[in-house]
Order: sequence, then structure tokens, then C-alpha cells
Amino acid sequence: MSRTPSIQRPGAEGRIVALAGNPNVGKSTLFNALTGLRQHTGNWPGKTVAVAQGEYVHRERRFLLVDLPGTYSLNAHSPEEEITRDFLCSGQADAAVVVCDATCLERSLIFALQVMESTPNVVLCINLLDEARNLGIEVDTATLSRQLQVPVVGTCAGRGEGLEELMDEVEYISHPKSTHRQKVAERTQEERTALAERCAGMAVSHKREDPLAGQRKLDRILTTRRTGIPLMLLALSVVLWLTVVAVNIPSQLLSDSLFAVGEVMRTALVAMGAAEWVIGLIVDGIYRVLAWVVGVMLPPMAVFFPMFTLLEDLGYLPRVAFVLDHAFHKAGACGKQSLTMCMGLGCNACGVTGCRIIDSPRERLIAILTNSLVPCNGRFPTLIALITLFFVGGEDDLLTSLGAAGMLLGVLVLGVGVTLLVSRLLSATVLRGMPSSFALELPPYRRPRVGQVVVRSVLDRTIFVLARAVAVAAPAGLVIWLCANVTVGSGTILAHITGVLDPLGRLMGLDGVILMAFLFGWPANEIVLPIMLMAYLSQGTLVEMGELESIGQLLREHGWNSLTALCTILFSLFHWPCSTTCLTIAKETGSAKWTALAVAVPTLVGVCLCTLVAAVGRLIL
Amino acid sequence: MELPLSALARGEWAYISRVGGKADMALRLEELGLMPGTRIACELVSPAGDPAAYRVRGALIALRRRDAETVTVVPSEGKQG
Repeated sequence: MSRTPSIQRPGAEGRIVALAGNPNVGKSTLFNALTGLRQHTGNWPGKTVAVAQGEYVHRERRFLLVDLPGTYSLNAHSPEEEITRDFLCSGQADAAVVVCDATCLERSLIFALQVMESTPNVVLCINLLDEARNLGIEVDTATLSRQLQVPVVGTCAGRGEGLEELMDEVEYISHPKSTHRQKVAERTQEERTALAERCAGMAVSHKREDPLAGQRKLDRILTTRRTGIPLMLLALSVVLWLTVVAVNIPSQLLSDSLFAVGEVMRTALVAMGAAEWVIGLIVDGIYRVLAWVVGVMLPPMAVFFPMFTLLEDLGYLPRVAFVLDHAFHKAGACGKQSLTMCMGLGCNACGVTGCRIIDSPRERLIAILTNSLVPCNGRFPTLIALITLFFVGGEDDLLTSLGAAGMLLGVLVLGVGVTLLVSRLLSATVLRGMPSSFALELPPYRRPRVGQVVVRSVLDRTIFVLARAVAVAAPAGLVIWLCANVTVGSGTILAHITGVLDPLGRLMGLDGVILMAFLFGWPANEIVLPIMLMAYLSQGTLVEMGELESIGQLLREHGWNSLTALCTILFSLFHWPCSTTCLTIAKETGSAKWTALAVAVPTLVGVCLCTLVAAVGRLIL
Repeated sequence: MELPLSALARGEWAYISRVGGKADMALRLEELGLMPGTRIACELVSPAGDPAAYRVRGALIALRRRDAETVTVVPSEGKQG
């Protein structure tokens, strides 16, 4: 029996409301719609399951909403179910809202009936009414309420419809003076099922004979042998191409204006009589790295993330897991790993946290250890820049962008391939075991509200990157500038460091500066390229920095050729996880051993692969 | 005429007669709505042939062949569109 923490009542008159429901019913959307920013997530004692709590004020009364994990039942054979059942049975909640899916009512009702056996004061929330309407499905909440003897409210949480009525019912039912409700007597699963079937039969009406025909047609196109994988690659290519293309214009504008501001700053500081080194530190050190991150690295990140979110909201990602499961099964891993891998494309740390959806501890570890083998958002700009400069370059036209997208796709496919290989290796060695049972629900395709998603995502991402630029990139710029300008013994600190790293770097087809940049870039992947450029600049003549071409020029001046670029691309793909990811891995695994392995695995792959490619390349060229 | 769920062709409907296999998987299947008497159809088959996705109680559930084999069904009439 897990320990349920005592939830703080929000004020003497406040009420505690539990939110429960199956996965994919829009419970989180409902929770977010009600609590907005007034929420926080925490792990309950002894568990690695995240439970969010948030406050909502309705008619001047404070409600504390507890967003319990989505589960299919209260049988408690997983941490999520234990937490849900224990909390509902503890009696701490004044009311429980069971969120049901209007498009899949029968199954939602089976769970609702089980909840009614664990706690009195239940309100049923029939969510996703708009989705149901699209499929020609109507739910008669009055009939349902009569049949089940509980209040039933229809909502469309995504549009904010029905929330007032819902909270009205919650307020009424949670009132201490309201009728003494009892828990319903416990039923068998057969009895619940029969009752759910009967109620759904009476309350649900279909305007169309085959409401799911459209969904099925789309699914058949996206998952069959002939079209499934090609379409997946096509979808990915389109996303990558848009990332490459949409970047050019804003990037140019941003870079130009940012560097102009930098020069203004320099002039101002000179006029103020600031010392040479102070000017250097502020303008050439801190500001320059910041400008690079915002001008060059931010645009691709701000473009890719929203598109990815759209794909997620569409409901396409579980289909990707469905198509790739066989490959993961053969590698001894869980099909859901393709989902966590996709999350890793956005952010490796998020991917690692997302591994909680994998039940088997062994398979979860495999997913965690391999998550960094796919490039995260922060590495995309580096990859795009190097691909464009050394492999596809030329005029700014359609062919160039298509070529760049194509090569980027190749890099991604390589990452996926290595993920499968390493998973296979881990399954055969340190993480041996039987593949677990696998059941994945494929929720219906939903029409995402494109405008809203894009705007919110771009804003979120931009703020996030800017905040990290200030917190991480600026200090990094400071450190690099200091290292490049402080002399110890025979040379600058930077020269010493890169000198020591150079032999290993050269072996791997890189050089000391590149390796140093990856090391110093541990806090965030998007600062690796800026650090590299800064280090090169401090060694050579000043170049008009801002255009991609001048970056290429700078690199070539320092001995770069296509092979160097290729090895850098490969190492960018396969190296130690960033600091945030490392911390997340440590937290999720609770083990120093696995965290160390998570750092070692991608690094080893990177070192070996680069060394191999460098050796072969030198023979050929 | 009983067969394992995994033998159901795409678009075919059937009624579940038995859910076997290991206890925890059987329980999970039951929670997802797969019980004796439940109507189920094979809706999608992945490119590799495994897993397949089944329509049950309005939801679409993907199962690996190994697990679908533990469910015994009796085909019924009617095909999906």
C-alpha cells in the first residue's frame, strides 16, 4: 500500500477534487484548461509517477485539482494504478471527476463504474464532444445520468466548453451538506461491462452508419506495407525541409541586426572610456556567443518544435510506434521506445522523462540509454549549418534546401539505425531479458488547432532558448573569452586545452578546438558551434561574422574540409548527453552506474565511428 | 470454428471466446475491454505483419502476434468498410 501524501486543503472552505480517467481522454487538456499556470507537478513519495496539482477558483471558492495518472483500471498492478486507487480510496478528495471519451464511451464507463465503487461523490465528464460530433456520434448526458444515478456533464476541454457546468456540479456534489452519498457496491468486471454496454447503448446515437470509416481509411494508408514507411519518411522529410528553408530569412535578418547592435555596443563602450579588455569581454565574449545562439541557433529550433507538436497533436506518433515496433521487438526493446525516441528529437531530457510510458524496467533502461543517439533540437542548427556549408552549398535555391533536408534525413535515419543496434547490443549483454507484453492504444486522429499550436509552441520555444542563452551561453562565452585571452606560461589557457585535445581530435578526424567545443558545450548542445567559432576567431583574424558563408570561410581557414565536417556531424550525433539530460537520467534511474553508462555509450559510439570514418576517409581522399 | 486472434484477417469481425496467456497480460487485455463475448475486428496490420491493431469497444489497440495468439475468437459475419 503506497503512502498517499496528505494534500493541503486550499483554505478552510476549499475543496479537493480528484481527476481520473483512461489515457487519451483529454484529462490533461481539461486540467490545463482549468488550472492554467496555477499548477505544479511533483512525484509522490517513493514513486516515479508525476502527479500534477493545480488550483481553480469557481464562484469564489477555491478548488484544488489533483490530476491522477491516466489508467485503464484500479486493479493496481502498476505504480500509476496504485496511486490512483489509493488516493481515491483514501477519502481525501471531496469529489472525483471521471473524464470519459465521448468517442469511446463504453470503455470509459467501465472505468467510471469502478471509480464509483471506490469513492462517493463522482461526477462524470464526457469530454471530446467535438471529436464525437465530427464522427457523427451524439451522447445524451441526461439519459446517462439517469441510468447511472450520478451527475453527467458534456465538455469539450480543448475549446473550453462545458467547464462552468462541470464545476457547478462538482461544487454541488462536494458540498458537505449535500445528500449522504455512498460508494456503489463492488461489482465484478462482467457486471461492470454489461452495465456499461447497456448505458452506452441507450445514451449514444450514431448519425452515421460507420463513423470510423474515415479514420480507418487514413490509418490503412499510413500503416500498410507499401505506403506506411515511405509516407513516414516523407512526412519527416517535409518537416526537415521546412526547418531548413524557414530558417534562412529570419536567420539572416536576426544575425545582421544582432551584430549591428554589437557594434553599437562596442562604440558606446569605447566612448565611455572602458578598458580594452572590458570591451573584449563584453562584446566579443558574452554578447557574441549570445548573438550566435539567438541569430543562428534559435530559428531552426523555433521552427522544428511546433511542427513536431502538430504531428503529436494529430495523433500520428502512435502510428510511428506501430510501424516501427517490429524492429524494436527484434532488438529486444519495447515498441513504445519509438515514441520516446521521437520525443528525444525535440529534447533528449524530455525523451528520457517520457520513458516512463514503458512499463518494463529493463526496456525502460534501454530506451533511456539510447535516447541521446537521435539528434535533439539543439543539435539541428549545427547539423544544418555544416551540411549546407560543406556538402550541399551553393546558391540559395530549392535544390540546395532539398539536398540539405535529404542529408539531414540520412543523419536521422543513421541515428535510428544505431539506436536499434545499440538496443540489440544492450539486450544481449547488460540488459538481458524477455521482451514484455505490449499493448498500445492508437487514439483517433484529431484535427489540431494549427494556429494556436504553432503560436504557442514558437513562443514557448523562443522563450526557453532565450532563457537558456542567457543562463548558459552568456557564461560560456565569458569563460571561452577568458581562456582565449588569459596567458599562462607559453600560451593562452585555451591554447593549452586545445593543444592537449588535438592528438585525439585529429585521430577522430576533428581537431582540438572541435573537441574542446563539445566538452565546453556540455551544458547545452546549441552552444557547441558558437564556442567553436569563437575559439577559432581568437586564434585568427577577425572576420565579418553573421553570414553562413563567412562561417564556412572561417572553418576552412582553420583546416576544415569535407571529412572534418562529416566527422563533426557524426560526433554531434553521437556524443555524451547534455547536462540537463544527464541530470534527468540520474533522477529517473536513481543509479550512478546507469547514468555513467548513459554517458559512455553514445560517446564510445561517436569516438569509434569518427575514428573509423576518418581513417577510411584519409585512405580514399 | 475457433481460431487465435492473430489469425483474423484484416477487416474481419469476430467474438472473443477465451482470453488465455499469462495472468498479467490476460488482466491487461481484460482492462482494455477484451473479454469473452466482446466483438473485435482486425483493423490494421503493420508492414512487418506484426503487430496488428484491433478495434474493440470503440478503441483501437495494437497487439503483438505473440499476445494476440493467446486470445481465442469465433469469426462472425460482417466486414469492415
